Amino acid sequence: MTKSIIRKPGRTGGSPLLETGWVAARARMAGLPGGGLNIAHEAVDRHVIEGHGDQTALVWLGREGQRQSFSYADLATDAARFANVLRAQGIGPGERLFLLSGRVPQLFAATLGALKAGVVVSPLFAAFGPEPVRARMEIGQASVLVTTEVQYRRKIAEWRADMPSLKLVLIIGDTAPDGCIALGPAMAAAPTTSETVGTMPEDMALLHFTSGTTGLPKGVVHVHEAVVAHAETGRLALDLHPGDIYWCTADPGWVTGMSYGVISPLCNRVTMVVDEAEFDLDRWYTILERERVQVWYTAPTAIRMLMRAGSEAAKGRDFSALRFLASVGEPLNAECVIWGQQVLGLPFHDNWWQSETGGIMIANTADMDIKPGAMGKPLPGVEAGIVARDGDTVTEQPDGAIGELALRPGWPSMMRAYLGQPERYARCFAGGWYLTGDLAMRDSDGYYWFVGRADDLIKSSGHLIGPFEVESALIEHPAVAEAAVIGIPDETAGEVVKAFVTLNAGYEAGEALERELRGHARKRLGPAVAPREIVFRDSLPRTRSGKIMRRLLRARELGLPEGDLSTLEGDAR
Amino acid sequence: MTRDEIRAAFIADLTAVAPDIAPESLRDNDHLQDDLGLDSMDFLNLVSALHNRFGLPIPEADYPRLATTALAVTYLDQALAG
Repeated sequence: MTKSIIRKPGRTGGSPLLETGWVAARARMAGLPGGGLNIAHEAVDRHVIEGHGDQTALVWLGREGQRQSFSYADLATDAARFANVLRAQGIGPGERLFLLSGRVPQLFAATLGALKAGVVVSPLFAAFGPEPVRARMEIGQASVLVTTEVQYRRKIAEWRADMPSLKLVLIIGDTAPDGCIALGPAMAAAPTTSETVGTMPEDMALLHFTSGTTGLPKGVVHVHEAVVAHAETGRLALDLHPGDIYWCTADPGWVTGMSYGVISPLCNRVTMVVDEAEFDLDRWYTILERERVQVWYTAPTAIRMLMRAGSEAAKGRDFSALRFLASVGEPLNAECVIWGQQVLGLPFHDNWWQSETGGIMIANTADMDIKPGAMGKPLPGVEAGIVARDGDTVTEQPDGAIGELALRPGWPSMMRAYLGQPERYARCFAGGWYLTGDLAMRDSDGYYWFVGRADDLIKSSGHLIGPFEVESALIEHPAVAEAAVIGIPDETAGEVVKAFVTLNAGYEAGEALERELRGHARKRLGPAVAPREIVFRDSLPRTRSGKIMRRLLRARELGLPEGDLSTLEGDAR
Repeated sequence: MTRDEIRAAFIADLTAVAPDIAPESLRDNDHLQDDLGLDSMDFLNLVSALHNRFGLPIPEADYPRLATTALAVTYLDQALAG
């Protein structure tokens, strides 16, 4: 593992020599004039107050080739207008606003405006089907939804009347269906200034959803204090400096796109590039080149797609503006790190975090030697360990041992709750540690290496998918008696979802039914979550207590040792 | 192969990858990702199916030429003729 270390001799670190640690980072926050702390104020308003209102905050690249720039002052105005729209509609602090849209400028105005109004923001991925959307909005008790007309008609209209908490639906654009309000005219009519609500550091700000192995998705609660970590980790792990041109390819519908595609870059006063379109080889290289991107934060799946095209596709391009490349989502194999160096002239820096940590915890930073494949070392202020858990007893493991990755609680962006599920939240902590659910190993140089999940969650294109949610959707189909869902390795996505189903009497296994079931799952769940492959079985392996053994299915699928089968029911062996 | 045959084959591969799409509701100018909701993994799977069916290399740089059914049929027609 050590033979391919990428050394950075002479690199003294690109970060300004600022004191590290959370206390120092907290002291760098502006705070609200009347006391309190608010993410939107740190992200936008403070820069305007400090005289940087003319600096470009956002360069938005539309699908059809449009290019629109927004200064920090523009964003502050749009956020104020949006906050005023919410107030005019009677939406108050603490209420929950959900976002369901592609990457359009209004998404940024809505996020910042809601935070400014003390309203909690919960982003949803626009490629989710109606069921994941509805489940998350129900758990989060949505008061407001900001979406597009197409999304509304496809995913919301049918069940809107069944969700009494949902008081307001704002439609991006100039027209809106019945019962909704068009955001364009509402924003245009709203006053351009708005006093930021005096949120306190421990007031809820963000609600991110993450999948569980069993049961419903979990609503991960983050507070305004999280901004301390958003700002600091962007500086430390992504090498963000004021004025940098920065492109985060993650969608704001996921936690990376919110923490590092909206909040952290704005707090660090960079110029963000946002592309509305999906991955496209030529388009991406053109954006890097033409926009003179300096810091690029992307994901292994995207890097592998660039690699598939070969280095030829990048020939003759000018990537000289690039200064720092980072990746998150799943371990970045050595080939990807080295490919970055060969084709883009810089290695990728992998880092690790999850919805619950709210921000980057472990990283290969600018001034560190990179060990390709390793997630890096804990950032200043982060104490990590590898532990073995036995009930409530947690034992730290030595270097080289595989165990669960654990963190000492107390960093500013640590989740404060799983919304409405205190027992589930409590189960994440033991022996003074937050237990991440990821298996990892620390080497003798202090680098951490991801090994796998400690549970049955599937990691596809960097996103966690809960098998239970997929199984539930499959079982809704009249043909399906039972379903088990696992992740199988995929060279591009890391893992893809595969389902095993048994059928009810009267249904015939075959290609036609396989397609019908995949179509059914895609309609309900969306393509990012639905299985890519479904196979039929006469029975599924279960424990004596009746629990389906996904792990055994996976072991069989991959030809791995099956482990202890003593608890398995006889007929399914 | 005629254009109609190519079109039928393309739609067969498309709806195999994304069986939530009803062939009869498909319009030739629907954008596969923006209008029909394919994600990038779906798109790669579609390219791979087309590659296997037609025996054609489909380089990444050509992917935008498969953005709609109409574009894809033209692209495949030209590639097969070439």
